[in-house]
Amino acid sequence: MLRFLLIVLFILNFSFLNAQENNLNNKITKNLRCLICQGQSVYDSDSEFANSLKLLVEKKLNDGLNEKQIYIYLKEKYGEWILYDPEFNKNTYFLWLLPILMFIVGGAIIFKLFNIKKN
Amino acid sequence: MKFKIYPALLTIFFIIIFFVFYKGLQNSNIYTPSADLKKNIPSFKAKIFLTNEKISSEQIFHSDKFYLVNIWASWCVPCRDEHIFLMNLSTQKNIKIIGINYKDNNEKAKIYLNELNNPYDKILFDENGTLAIEWGAYGVPESFLIHKNKIIKKIIGPLNEDLLLEIKKLAE
Amino acid sequence: MASLIGFYSLIFGLCVSFLIIFFSIKNFKNSHIFDKKIISFTFLQFFFVIVSFLGLILSFVHSDFSNQTVFNHSHTTKPLFYKISGTWGNHEGSLLLWLLVLTLFIFLFLLKSKNQSKKYRILTLLFQQIIIIGFFIFVIKTSNPFNYIFPVPKEGLGLNPILQDPALAIHPPILYLGYVGTSIIFSSTLAATSLNYISKEWAKHIKQWILISWIFLTLGILLGSIWAYYELGWGGFWFWDPVENVSLMPWLALTSLLHCILVLEKRLVLTSWVVVLSISTFTLSMCGTFLVRSGILNSVHTFANDPERGLFILIFLFCLVFLSLFIFFFFHKTQNKDSNSFFWLSKETSILINNWFMIYFLSVVLIGTTYPIFLEVISSEKISVGPPFYNKLIIPFLIPFLLAMAIGPKLNWIKSDLKKKFYLILFLIISLLLSVIIIKSLNINFLVNTILVTSAFYLFFITLRDFFIKGFKNLSQNLTHFGFSLLILSILFNNIFSTEIITNLKIGETFKTDKYKIIFENIEQKDEQNFKAIIGKFNIENSDGKTEILKPELRIYNQPTIVTSEADIKTNFLVDKFITMNLVQNQDYFNIRYQIKPFMLWIWFSVLLISFGGLISLFKKKYEV
Repeated sequence: MLRFLLIVLFILNFSFLNAQENNLNNKITKNLRCLICQGQSVYDSDSEFANSLKLLVEKKLNDGLNEKQIYIYLKEKYGEWILYDPEFNKNTYFLWLLPILMFIVGGAIIFKLFNIKKN
Repeated sequence: MKFKIYPALLTIFFIIIFFVFYKGLQNSNIYTPSADLKKNIPSFKAKIFLTNEKISSEQIFHSDKFYLVNIWASWCVPCRDEHIFLMNLSTQKNIKIIGINYKDNNEKAKIYLNELNNPYDKILFDENGTLAIEWGAYGVPESFLIHKNKIIKKIIGPLNEDLLLEIKKLAE
Repeated sequence: MASLIGFYSLIFGLCVSFLIIFFSIKNFKNSHIFDKKIISFTFLQFFFVIVSFLGLILSFVHSDFSNQTVFNHSHTTKPLFYKISGTWGNHEGSLLLWLLVLTLFIFLFLLKSKNQSKKYRILTLLFQQIIIIGFFIFVIKTSNPFNYIFPVPKEGLGLNPILQDPALAIHPPILYLGYVGTSIIFSSTLAATSLNYISKEWAKHIKQWILISWIFLTLGILLGSIWAYYELGWGGFWFWDPVENVSLMPWLALTSLLHCILVLEKRLVLTSWVVVLSISTFTLSMCGTFLVRSGILNSVHTFANDPERGLFILIFLFCLVFLSLFIFFFFHKTQNKDSNSFFWLSKETSILINNWFMIYFLSVVLIGTTYPIFLEVISSEKISVGPPFYNKLIIPFLIPFLLAMAIGPKLNWIKSDLKKKFYLILFLIISLLLSVIIIKSLNINFLVNTILVTSAFYLFFITLRDFFIKGFKNLSQNLTHFGFSLLILSILFNNIFSTEIITNLKIGETFKTDKYKIIFENIEQKDEQNFKAIIGKFNIENSDGKTEILKPELRIYNQPTIVTSEADIKTNFLVDKFITMNLVQNQDYFNIRYQIKPFMLWIWFSVLLISFGGLISLFKKKYEV
């Protein structure tokens, strides 16, 4: 029991590490693909394109656009490929729903085939 | 009999997957956004190269003429290669070439133009690359053929003989 | 010369395949005793592949640029260590690694299966030979590492600098031992199915191979993440990049298989599912190889793209798939339905639940990775599927998964009850309180984070308690589950508590916030064997008053001429301090990114614990009756 308490106290000491403020610019650029890189987000990349895009996002945020509007604006310029979070539209119904479907089907198979008894 | 459905279904399923992957192999991997859509040119305000004046897109583009917007920089090596084609194009009376100097240093850009000559009717200064993004460009060099305030052709990369001929033909 | 020997060794290796097949079929039909000659031939084949591999290594070491592969991927000024590791850092060389593991594993399998039936051993060998022959032909025809070029160039094109890293040097061999090792599971499962040998004895026998594959695959993935963190400079270690996903998918299938084999060892159930999983694991490996080497996917880590090679692998992959389908439907005898009764509170059921969730995670990764391909073929639209997709679909399901992981091992086989297990509820309450205290003071989404941290803590405390109460009983399972809880906790806290400062600084300037002070003191230049380095000296003062010196670098390599940014990372027990410096086009200042990342070491350590748990299970066999 004593060891347990010691572990709990140890964990509680981590409050000295403070969290970062929620930065909207970072959130948006993490969701944008760096189009000239081979698989990096704009946030992670230091390429020219990524740096310009970071400035542009900041400028649009200052102009008062919200996150969704910025995505719409960039989608219009570069296509859906620039967004890492696929939108839920007719192109992506299967993308989002198929895994859930697999989960449900899996559960159903387990229940039926394996005759789970409760007694 | 029920048991036989599964192998048949699975076989068909995998054959379909095979064909999708096969087709996928043949698609090009380089992403070029749909170039056939005639998009409107962006509406913007930009600084004129070497001055502090601002100019708006409405003042630059008139609907009856053809324009080639060319994004360039003195530090960009392929830009040097395509410059000779730009010079050739600048002799055409029906196309005006608008340059966008991308993330460049004024002095170095001036030296570049002195060395290779200036094909541009106007040059805009894009200090941090945000103007290029308004055009939907990725970097340098890129060119856009404009007519009636619409982008009728987008060229990623430097110009060459064939592209030059194509531009001339489209501008007739 | 080395290349010539290497090339002919490959051809001989292929020829030995036919010898092996001939003698195997003869032995299968004729005698009752396994022909020992066959083992010798298997070793001979392995030997030829080793000679071929050594031939390539020597060509790299001697910078023999008459060899096209060496020319494309090496340079005289490269340090020796990277000349050697450059051998498998390219498409052709890494395929030799595939052959190496394929031939090694079948040889070891034959050695270690002396108490198994002759027919089973021969069939496994034959199925493995199909894979081996396929790869021999693939290498010799489309990816020959011994192509000759003339006139012989004086210098090579060099190796990409980001591949010149120690972690990346050993990452492929370790990864392949796991990844390619799943081939032996595939072959032996097909053999066992054909002979109606899927039984408890077979499960006991195959379990060690599953464990070996699993341990190496876990370590291989760990090394890849470590490399990405230390070398790529963005401070992350997992990006849901297609190549990362491709290594994760067989791991998920293999882990599910491992759990099912534990059931099959004790009870004759789940036989069909075990066969399906075994086949799927290797199929996923092959599918992954296809996705990564054919150019069909876009990634930071793909090999040279060549659709011809892609087509070969695609056809080969589907031949294996159809072969497996045929054998499964033709030979497999399903068990009596009555024996498939599970009591709801039992270890078997909890393993079923584990599989349920793992296959769900597998389908998320598989669909996320391949969906863009399907969409593009069907509708010519191109979309990206990145981290937000995977996070949204996986994280909510982690919660019940962690809880099941905590309770499952506590249940008995067949039937169990939860009496006298009051501590199960007590620990849940403690975990909840702890999470609430930690998360409350932070400015983040309260509900999701609290529940996540609670479930991770729950697993953590339950497994920790088991160490103290149960001692060495079930040590491997306990260690692995504990490691997993530590992994989730470390990743969560790393995510929550990381901070970052991005700023532009000129030499001599200082950047100040209320918590940190960064002084850009100076830069110095240094010349190394194949690059010039510009090293920045940064003096960083933290909120607790302590200062540290960090020295990130910009490296200008000579061949190929690439500029890379090398992070300086100061690691200690609790936190990593991570800094990168980048040039800004046409400006006289540098872009500095300083990150504070807690618990990085714990992330690596927890995966080591997980692998170690597997290792213990492997050696436990030696001491068990």
